[in-house]
Amino acid sequence: MAATIIAVGALAGCSSTGGKRAEEAREQAASGKANVTTPRWKFAMVTHSGDGDTYWDIVQSGAKQAAAKDNIEFLYSHDKEAGKQAQLVQTAIDKKVDGLIVTLAKPDAMKRVVKKAVKAGIPVITINSGQDVSQDFGALAHIGQDEGLAGEAVGRELNERGKKKAICLIHEQGNVGHEQRCDGIEKTFDGKVKNLYVDGTNMPGVQSSVEAKLQSDKKVDAVVTLGAPFAATAAQAKKNAGSKAEIDTFDLNDKVAAGLKDGTIGFAVDQQPYMQGYEAVDLLWLYRYNADMLGGGKPVLTGPQILTKKDAGKLEKLTKRGTR
Amino acid sequence: MTVTTQPGGPDGSTEPANSSPRPPTSDERLVHRSLPVRLLRRPELGAVVGAVALFIFFALVADSFLRPSSLSTVLYFSSTLGIMAVPVALLMIGGEFDLSTGVMVTSSALASSMFSYQMTANTWVGVGVSLLVTLAIGFFNGFMLTRTKLPSFIITLGTFLMLTGLNLGLTKLISGTVTTKSISDMEGFDSAKAVFASTLTIGSVNLQITIVWWLALVAVATWILLRTNVGNWIFAVGGGVEAARAVGVPVARTKIGLYLGVAFAAWVSGQHLLFNYDTVQSGEGVGNELIYIAAAVIGGCLLTGGYGSAVGAAVGALIFGMANKGIIYAQWDPDWFKFFLGAMLLLATLLNAWIRKRAEATR
Repeated sequence: MAATIIAVGALAGCSSTGGKRAEEAREQAASGKANVTTPRWKFAMVTHSGDGDTYWDIVQSGAKQAAAKDNIEFLYSHDKEAGKQAQLVQTAIDKKVDGLIVTLAKPDAMKRVVKKAVKAGIPVITINSGQDVSQDFGALAHIGQDEGLAGEAVGRELNERGKKKAICLIHEQGNVGHEQRCDGIEKTFDGKVKNLYVDGTNMPGVQSSVEAKLQSDKKVDAVVTLGAPFAATAAQAKKNAGSKAEIDTFDLNDKVAAGLKDGTIGFAVDQQPYMQGYEAVDLLWLYRYNADMLGGGKPVLTGPQILTKKDAGKLEKLTKRGTR
Repeated sequence: MTVTTQPGGPDGSTEPANSSPRPPTSDERLVHRSLPVRLLRRPELGAVVGAVALFIFFALVADSFLRPSSLSTVLYFSSTLGIMAVPVALLMIGGEFDLSTGVMVTSSALASSMFSYQMTANTWVGVGVSLLVTLAIGFFNGFMLTRTKLPSFIITLGTFLMLTGLNLGLTKLISGTVTTKSISDMEGFDSAKAVFASTLTIGSVNLQITIVWWLALVAVATWILLRTNVGNWIFAVGGGVEAARAVGVPVARTKIGLYLGVAFAAWVSGQHLLFNYDTVQSGEGVGNELIYIAAAVIGGCLLTGGYGSAVGAAVGALIFGMANKGIIYAQWDPDWFKFFLGAMLLLATLLNAWIRKRAEATR
């Protein structure tokens, strides 16, 4: 240990490449300030996000951007347990917010409290999940992506790329959205789809499982991961296994963007989380200001958007600043 | 002080080789035993037999299992578990648990990555800082345990939850997102990757360097357990704290040392995680602590302490790795994966227990 400390001390230099300094040198993300003269309304967003989910981070940053522009006081809370999420919505009602944005991952548990909010005269917009019940509950609009439709888009894209056998990599056993995505692929894909379950909190475990699958079945020519962080891991597994399979993924992050650019990732299908947050806040503002609403009772879809090598250049910059 | 004064110590391991000519009233502790008998009494014997059985089983049912590239995949996964399972086994022999190991690995990786990135420092500086941070966490566990005399289960459960929160909270506070920024373009990255996450090509087989770390840790841990005073202390504090203290074993120092050992391994694992993927997800590692404990127990460690071996823990990790990947090579229905995995582990452990019983019956 002492030797390590000495070695570290000797090396105690700076890196002339990468790091924070390079980031600061890059251009700043656009930050807005209020451009409207409306009063400072209070909007609350309550999601079913767990702790530390990249995806919801991006949704939040979109919502905050719109809130800054529209002079909104933005309140965010989340709980992955439906019962507790419902309590958080109740808290928002008690605070007499001027608008409510809510996700309906488990609609039954949320039904009563959402209806209560509507009854209290709070305009409600649902995002991300719950498009089938959104209108029933009295929400003004739903903004999101249909998981099944996204899967179907992936299936069609795989057909176009001439793939014959795909693996759908599920990193959270029992997640309904994940199963819907894989089922969607199966629906439109002309080849065969096999699911593979891995433990998302153990990256070496994910890598070795994909490796094992590719080694045991040489016919697999596409691996579809359901979350952006797993795409790079799958690409590494592919390299180690000496497989020719193409790695494709749902969702986006900076490593996926880099992968699209250098060709280690074939395509990504994105549901544009930034838009889900941004549009929800902006629509509520429009409703308050001008009684406008989008969608005409139908869900407003933010995806699926298929992204390939040709989109990679501009995406890289955007993913790095955390808005895509 | 001889090791055999402690209950359940490693039989015959530190005996002098020449115990003859024996005095007529021979002390049973000094009885010379033949090599096969000594091997049969080793705690890891059952696990080794279980591993061999599992290997033969998958060699028969999975076509692609026996290929060198497949075995290297299995070894890689086993090594990532084994690096942690070995010091966890030592800790369990010493009579304590650590539930914070899984997230401690992530903490270590995050500390290294974020320090390098935020300070725009050479990645080796981050690696060094991370070592200090991780050892500090280990010291905290050991210090709290020996000071408060509370069960290690509660102390490390607290550390586990706090680290889970810190991993997320600090990462978001510092990086702005839940994932660290890539450090792959920074100075020192390549050399650090060579140490923690490179691939060695031997003939046509690619072996991950974690396998070397794993074997080295097993060797060091076995040497400490069987050939040093510290090893005797570990068995002693696990067998009975009061008895150990009565014969002069430094109980607190031994336990703190064991937690530092766990922290050191968490640092190695954490650096592998970082340099293999060059970004770290802050939510990683939850749940792995139980797998490390499971590997140690499969390898012959007793949950009550005082008995077990480092080699056993390594074999336990190998059993877990083989079962985990073997099911994929065998192409069984993935929906049933966890069920098969549980059943395999139970069978391997039952075989292990049965063999140990038979071995003890030969006494």
